[in-house]
Amino acid sequence: MIQQNLILILIFLPFLGAIAASTLSVNAHNAAAWLSGAVLVGGLIVMAALYPAIEEGRVLRSVLTWIPSLRLNLSFRIDGFAWLFVTLVLGIGLLVVLYARYYLSKSDPVPRFYCFLLAFTGAMVGMLVSGNIIMLVVFWELTSVISFLLIGYWYHNPAARDGARMALIVTATGGICLLAAMLILGQIVGSYDLDRVLASGEVIRAHPLYLTVLALFLIGAFTKSAQFPFHFWLPNAMAAPTPVSAFLHSATMVKAGVFLLVRFSPALGGSEAWFFAVTGTGMVTLIVGAVFALFRHDLKGLLAYSTISHLGLITALAGIGSTGAIVAAIFHIANHAVFKASLFMAAGIIDHESGTRDMRRLSGLMRLMPVTGTLAIVAAAAMAGVPLLNGFLSKEMFFAEAASWHNGSWLDDALPYLATFASIFAVAYSLRFIMTVFFGPPPTDLPKMPHEPSPWMRRPVELLVLICLLVGILPGTTLGPVLNMAARSVLGPETPYFSIAVWHGFNTPMIMSLIALVLGAVLYFVFAARISEGPEGPPLLHRIRAQRIFERMLLSLSWKWPRVLHRLFGTERLQPQLRLIVLLSFAAGAATLWGGITFLQKTGLPAFDPAFALMWVVGGVCAIGAAWQAKYHRFASLALLGGAGVITCLTFTWFSAPDLAVTQLLVEVVTTVLLLLGLRWLPKRREEIVGDKLAPARIRRAWDLVIAGASGIGIAGIAYVMMSRPLVPGIGDWFLKNAYHEGGGTNVVNVILVDFRAFDTFGEISVLAIVGITVYALLRRFRPGAESAGLPEQQLGEEAEALKDYLVVPSVIMQWMFPVMIVMSAYLFFRGHDLPGGGFSAGVTLAIALLLQYLASTVRWVESHIVILPIRWMGLGLLISCGTGIGAWLFGYPFLTAHARYLDLPLIGKVPAATALLFDIGVYALVVGATVLMLIAIAHQSLRSARLRAQDEAPAEKEVA
Amino acid sequence: MSATLLVTALSFAQIALALAGCFAGWRILRGPRAQDRVIGLDTLYVTAMLLFLVTGMRTGSSFFFEAAMVIGLLGFVATVAMAKFLLRGEVIE
Repeated sequence: MIQQNLILILIFLPFLGAIAASTLSVNAHNAAAWLSGAVLVGGLIVMAALYPAIEEGRVLRSVLTWIPSLRLNLSFRIDGFAWLFVTLVLGIGLLVVLYARYYLSKSDPVPRFYCFLLAFTGAMVGMLVSGNIIMLVVFWELTSVISFLLIGYWYHNPAARDGARMALIVTATGGICLLAAMLILGQIVGSYDLDRVLASGEVIRAHPLYLTVLALFLIGAFTKSAQFPFHFWLPNAMAAPTPVSAFLHSATMVKAGVFLLVRFSPALGGSEAWFFAVTGTGMVTLIVGAVFALFRHDLKGLLAYSTISHLGLITALAGIGSTGAIVAAIFHIANHAVFKASLFMAAGIIDHESGTRDMRRLSGLMRLMPVTGTLAIVAAAAMAGVPLLNGFLSKEMFFAEAASWHNGSWLDDALPYLATFASIFAVAYSLRFIMTVFFGPPPTDLPKMPHEPSPWMRRPVELLVLICLLVGILPGTTLGPVLNMAARSVLGPETPYFSIAVWHGFNTPMIMSLIALVLGAVLYFVFAARISEGPEGPPLLHRIRAQRIFERMLLSLSWKWPRVLHRLFGTERLQPQLRLIVLLSFAAGAATLWGGITFLQKTGLPAFDPAFALMWVVGGVCAIGAAWQAKYHRFASLALLGGAGVITCLTFTWFSAPDLAVTQLLVEVVTTVLLLLGLRWLPKRREEIVGDKLAPARIRRAWDLVIAGASGIGIAGIAYVMMSRPLVPGIGDWFLKNAYHEGGGTNVVNVILVDFRAFDTFGEISVLAIVGITVYALLRRFRPGAESAGLPEQQLGEEAEALKDYLVVPSVIMQWMFPVMIVMSAYLFFRGHDLPGGGFSAGVTLAIALLLQYLASTVRWVESHIVILPIRWMGLGLLISCGTGIGAWLFGYPFLTAHARYLDLPLIGKVPAATALLFDIGVYALVVGATVLMLIAIAHQSLRSARLRAQDEAPAEKEVA
Repeated sequence: MSATLLVTALSFAQIALALAGCFAGWRILRGPRAQDRVIGLDTLYVTAMLLFLVTGMRTGSSFFFEAAMVIGLLGFVATVAMAKFLLRGEVIE
């Protein structure tokens, strides 16, 4: 139990730390660093506490149920491999925090940096210990996103922005592929549980979708680990601050891909396709990275390509997949993290102190910064694979795996030669790093005169280099046990103990190492001068820039092709769009319902009533007339629509739905005004368009009539079939039976809305709020068409002068109506729970009352007399209804559980009081706010365009004057 | 006796109101001027309100009065808005 909680602490502590860090002040350098350090130390303490159990070979688990119906659990598991990796992440993270404290300048906003750094740590740890493969992808994506934010930390720098965007696009695309792979894996295995997936290797490899899964999975892993041909994002990510490069882009995040390869090698590995794809890609990346690294002039660029090369090495080992290869891969993950992080930090120190990272300008720094120089030389030697350093050991193991026989394919035969070839370049670029920067004549044209950095900035490098040496000299006692523990957790408990020794005798790997060291030195010393003078990149190949190809692809995909598609298939005309939408919905409806619909003989229709029938005829004629007039006579169509609306209300009342009738009437009024408001801004009819006189127009109209008729009849048919079905016993009866003693109201409709189905209502009012704000936001940018921007013709000329006092009497009456309407709104609201009414209709009533004031006078007059803050109304409404829902938690009930009782009020007597009424207040306020917000937003257009006109006229008058 | 009388009267009133609704509908449909349509719509609203009242009396249900009240109080808003649109070219100035 305590271990479960420790795991949860491990996951959530960094995220909590990130939130805390984000609240610090902008220049709280020390506080932020201490906070981050404390969080990471806390994580390391947890890891230390978990070690004894892990060492026994146990797998520690902690499961939080999240969405059990989707088989999604927050399940975490830590085994030896994850333990090693998490410790590495936390340890290097701690050193990076210390380093960043001295690296970041006073002007950099620190909370953002440490917040992202901690969040990244959390995401990375979450990815490593996820026991559910979907959760794993979620954390994986999180690392991509935070990496984006960290690369773009100095967002004023265009290179940082471009690098961040490129990294995000490449790694997130890979993430999508990985998600697809995991989903298919889950379907194949029947579970998203990592343990089950890892144990089902046989099933997965035999499945027909194995190759698909493998391809998607590998794209995910390769993009993250910068494998060829996806490697190009990593050098561009070097625009990030150096601590980020050291942490994310050499030691941890880019290792996520190889982590995944090693982790899933029992499930997906062992096939020929795996070997060729993974080892092949790894070897290509190893060589490409090493060759490119030699030709980079930028210190961080060299290290970036070297990182790519080393990631290729680990990938190749994961592809080989034998026991030795997996041990070597894990070993090299740790070793590379240690020496590459120290090298990045050293490069950062050089950059920080001298002001440049260009190796052609740096020279002879050994005299100026001897300690840093020595540290960097040791770390670079580890990178080159010099004996007695950690890099040598894992590289030696790699050579041994490359040289030994596995499956006899041509790739297997070529491995030792390829490995030696890449190592020659590794030695050469390591030498170049050391020789050009630290030796040679004193530097001449540096921006700053370099000196040793503050000692605490160097401490992390010192510690890392010390680890390089310790592991290099005493591998068996330092990293040996942990390494074997990690390997056992990947390969199974019966894996034999793999002892790592410094000296294996004078064997093939040793010879390969020697050849690499000698030839690498020769290569460097022969070509040193020519490389410095040459371009940034290997001869000839530097012209092929993956970055440029990527940018061209991006341009095609996000700019050119969409435009071509839009030109081919898009249209800006409303008619074809609407026609397509209606036809598609008709086809979808017909396809679904074809053959499935049966008409039943319906009984129980109310008796024929001539008055009602006549009114219905009126309504039907109005509706058809509205559709017919809609094209050329908008106003007439609007009046007809109003007529159809009234008859609809009549129908609702007739069939005993008074709630609906009231609501429909109110909505009818608001809609009419809303449409009229909009009508003002529609362009006038162009007289040169000749109605429907021409043959093509007639044919089109006839065709539209067919479509409209078919769709309308279809909908009517569906409605008829639904209504003529025998009532399903149960739900309706249940509501009728329980509305009063469960919900405390006799108006079942309202009780359903605010109590039984309150959560749905809550969702609906949230949508209403969103729609209101969206309409408001869209209208803020609204520019009327040129022909409707001016004053309407009714307000011009002498006639307008004569009608100056129009509607005086009605407007006085309308102002007097205001309190009456408020009372009516309150009446509708308070009786809503028991009789027709409720929050929605009451809210619309109040909105109409306010609207009427606008109608009665002008916007200016109203707004100088009443303060209406629709946004506040909406916010308050949402808060109240949400608060009512949360209030149920206080009493231990689920969200939105309602409570009803009678209260004895003095003077008034017994009144029903339900928490649903509070919820209804929220609905009420929100409806008022949203309706008023939308109407007022349109109404303000008149004011705005008047202002614009005044602006336009002012300069014209000046010119005249 | 009086009940029969009442039922007959109310039925007659219903039919008469429905006919009035038909004529109002005809006005909305035909126009010919926009003002005629607005008046037609207003008449239809009033007719519907009266029909609610009459039907409510006939069936003895009080729920019809709700809708009648809403029309009585708010039914004119649409008419006013349309009138203002015709008079001034815009609804809210």
